[in-house]
Amino acid sequence: MTEHTHKQKLVIVGNGMAPGRMLEHLFEVSDQYEVTIFNAEPRVNYDRIMLSPVLSGEKTYADIIIHGEGWYAEHGITLHQGDKITEIRRHERKVISETGIVAEYDKLVIATGSTPFIIPVPGSDLPGVLAYRDLDDTDGMIKAAEKGGRAVVIGGGLLGLEAAAGLKLRGMEVTVIHLMSTLMERQLDTAAGYLLQKELESRGIEVLCEANTKQILGSDKVEGVELADGRVIDASLVVMAVGIRPNTQLAKEAGLEVNRGIVTDATMKTSDPNIYSVGECVEVGGMVYGLVAPLYRMAKVAAEHLAGASEAAFAHAETPTKLKVTGCDLYSVGDFAEGEGREDIVLRDAMRGTYKRVILKDNKVIGAVLYGDVADGAWYNQMLISGEDVSEMRETLIFGQAYQGGGTVDPLAAVAALPDDAEICGCNGITKGMVVAAIKDKGLTTLAEVRAHTKASASCGTCTGLVEGVMGVTLGDDFKIPEAQGICGCTTHGHGYIRRMIKAKGLKSIPAVMQELEWSTPEGCAKCRPALNYYLVADWPGEYVDDQQSRFINERVHANIQKDGTYSVVPRMFGGITTPDELRLIADVADRYNIPTVKVTGGQRIDLLGVKKEDLIPVWADLNAAGMVSGAAYAKGLRTVKTCVGTDWCRFGTQDSTGLGIKLEKALWGAWSPAKLKLAVTGCPRNCAEATCKDIGIICVDSGYEIVYGGAAGLHIQGTTVLGKVATEDEVMETVCALTQYYRETGFYLERIYKWADRIGYDHIREVVYDNLEARKEYADRFAFSQIFAQIDPWAERVAGVEAHEFKPMATLNLEAAE
Amino acid sequence: MNMQTKTWIEVGALNDIPRQGARCVKNGEMTIAIFRTTDDRLFALEDKCPHKNGPLSDGIVHDGCVTCPLHNWVISLETGAAQGADEGVSLTFPVKLVGETVFLGL
Repeated sequence: MTEHTHKQKLVIVGNGMAPGRMLEHLFEVSDQYEVTIFNAEPRVNYDRIMLSPVLSGEKTYADIIIHGEGWYAEHGITLHQGDKITEIRRHERKVISETGIVAEYDKLVIATGSTPFIIPVPGSDLPGVLAYRDLDDTDGMIKAAEKGGRAVVIGGGLLGLEAAAGLKLRGMEVTVIHLMSTLMERQLDTAAGYLLQKELESRGIEVLCEANTKQILGSDKVEGVELADGRVIDASLVVMAVGIRPNTQLAKEAGLEVNRGIVTDATMKTSDPNIYSVGECVEVGGMVYGLVAPLYRMAKVAAEHLAGASEAAFAHAETPTKLKVTGCDLYSVGDFAEGEGREDIVLRDAMRGTYKRVILKDNKVIGAVLYGDVADGAWYNQMLISGEDVSEMRETLIFGQAYQGGGTVDPLAAVAALPDDAEICGCNGITKGMVVAAIKDKGLTTLAEVRAHTKASASCGTCTGLVEGVMGVTLGDDFKIPEAQGICGCTTHGHGYIRRMIKAKGLKSIPAVMQELEWSTPEGCAKCRPALNYYLVADWPGEYVDDQQSRFINERVHANIQKDGTYSVVPRMFGGITTPDELRLIADVADRYNIPTVKVTGGQRIDLLGVKKEDLIPVWADLNAAGMVSGAAYAKGLRTVKTCVGTDWCRFGTQDSTGLGIKLEKALWGAWSPAKLKLAVTGCPRNCAEATCKDIGIICVDSGYEIVYGGAAGLHIQGTTVLGKVATEDEVMETVCALTQYYRETGFYLERIYKWADRIGYDHIREVVYDNLEARKEYADRFAFSQIFAQIDPWAERVAGVEAHEFKPMATLNLEAAE
Repeated sequence: MNMQTKTWIEVGALNDIPRQGARCVKNGEMTIAIFRTTDDRLFALEDKCPHKNGPLSDGIVHDGCVTCPLHNWVISLETGAAQGADEGVSLTFPVKLVGETVFLGL
């Protein structure tokens, strides 16, 4: 810290995605600013593109946070949440907020975004009329959907259709009213619009084109919509998604030049040299923008100019459009209106329901519309950007990249063939060359790392496959591209899709999942049934009844099957602490039932090996009688919490590690998880309890507790990663429960916590269960709720008679053995 | 085995066996697993996987097969034959249902 550093004051009005990205770029190159942000919305920066997956139930708010509270703290940003700037005093270089906060600035960035356009028809101010713009709107729709009934979505554009599909998935009846004759007419031609309409109708969404809203009916809340032709549609919810308008009020009142948006030059500077503007509120080069890619380009340009002299300039570029409705694949880019000198190449496949159209002018690609099969979208876009002459391949152009240059169908070859300046991630403007350079320079080996360093596929995620392709080409055999194949031979769906659909469609039984997701076998198999059973147990606590016949035998009989068909029994010893009485009882049980082997396990408890199946119940009854419960040594669930003796006995101990371990095990036992879960609490960094190779570890230090996770010491050996440090035992409990719950909700069956973290990203996990206190508490609460139904000792239940048939023969015959 | 000596022996009630599950009958040294499918068909196999003698009665039952709990061999309930690339056959026994009563043919 140099004492004489005088930082300049940068004030930002608005906390959306554009200014968030601008700050990321700025902090990379400069620390000259002390930053203050005023945000009218009472939240941190989240990914608005992902509101549709939140609405459809495929993601949660916590999943779409871009910057957790920790990020603001780390960069010394003062963030005023839920406080709106009402006045800019340019001559004094001050802004004034609604609550009266006055902030001085050297540079000001206006990022007020846009407001949804509400059609001024009678009734548009009734309760039950919502826009689709922010998380509050999304929450409002989710709440309305819980009551059921019909929703009318006014506007058949990108947002309107995503809202309609989401509401349908939430169980509402849905009607879309669209003024024009085809859906998404700005991005699609009539043929693709027709296919899209057919697809939506096949999902039970009613689509009314050329329909003009006359008024919204209802006295104290929405009851219906009346069209200009007199038709009336009953509705309990009306969503207006007819467009946005730049939020220019504040700039206008401050006397800045405002046209449709806040006018800036190509450096994002407004008519006042100390004021910049980025995002949807901006008009640059006579255009206003609503898609994220150009907004991120504005962010980068503004950051470079704020950091100092720069040549960076914003230039218009076509942005491809994709619809985020699961199962509706469409892609459009460029200009596809018919016109003089334009040629169309069209390929239709009615059987597969696909449509491809590429528009050429002077032998160059100027636009493309793809429906159903969008794999070549990026390739056409690349040709559009480069402006290359395509006359050589005109005949086969429409069949896509795989048919060019020798007809290779290897997708990796297609990625390898892309030039370095080919755009991989449209949202973030990341090219193939940038990804390759990052992989090589920084030695990146996982998708999570590539996302963290380059942002490629970190926004809407649709280019994940391409990014993996680039990693495959660059790393060769060191990177295995995850195959998007089914979890077993019974389905083509992967774990992620299945988990999302279980939540989104409210599927609550194994047959329901198999029916809705079109399993190819009637009853599944030994691979998918345990996975589905786990997902249903984890997602619907208290509602779903565990299907014993879909559990692996160990979890059905609550003991570990051995190679000879006998079982091993491990009673729980909380934190590895036992008593003379317990030890005496274990010895007696071993004698009484002729148990051949008694072994001390690595998890600090005692294993009785070689118990016959029919002896399980009496063995448990005896152990239960002394208060011992199942150690779940067989479970894809909480196994042990290993501890050292901590401050009780150890001269180096810094905290009560044994006591904390017992507390954790008492809170966590009984929980099912995607794979086994082992913890350890160690009383000092000497790490006698080996916490740094556990699924979750706690390392006690003088000032508190370091929480680490993602260790492995099986086939694969890996040290843990730090999640964060907390000061109190209560915070340890809450954070560990939240981490466990997040893993339970998003892990794939049999995926250990380290693999899960590699897949979804350590930074992301930290933001959700550590930085974001609200989300942390939410996950911990959900875990506690689920434990109400999980903390029942399976041994005691069975001793009391549950599943009694499982443990003894249905008949014992006394026939002479026939020789 | 002498086919002439086959007799039907009552071993229990249908509802002793859970759907998609199995129960065992002890016959001297041999254990026989009786399986019940979702549509209430019954099958009997020696409770021994042809691979390493795993207890098939403890496996997961699906689509006319059972997956052995030890090494995931999939055995046909009807023929006792290992499916897919694996080779081996478990002994099968006739089993029938009269009313709600299960009879095993030995």
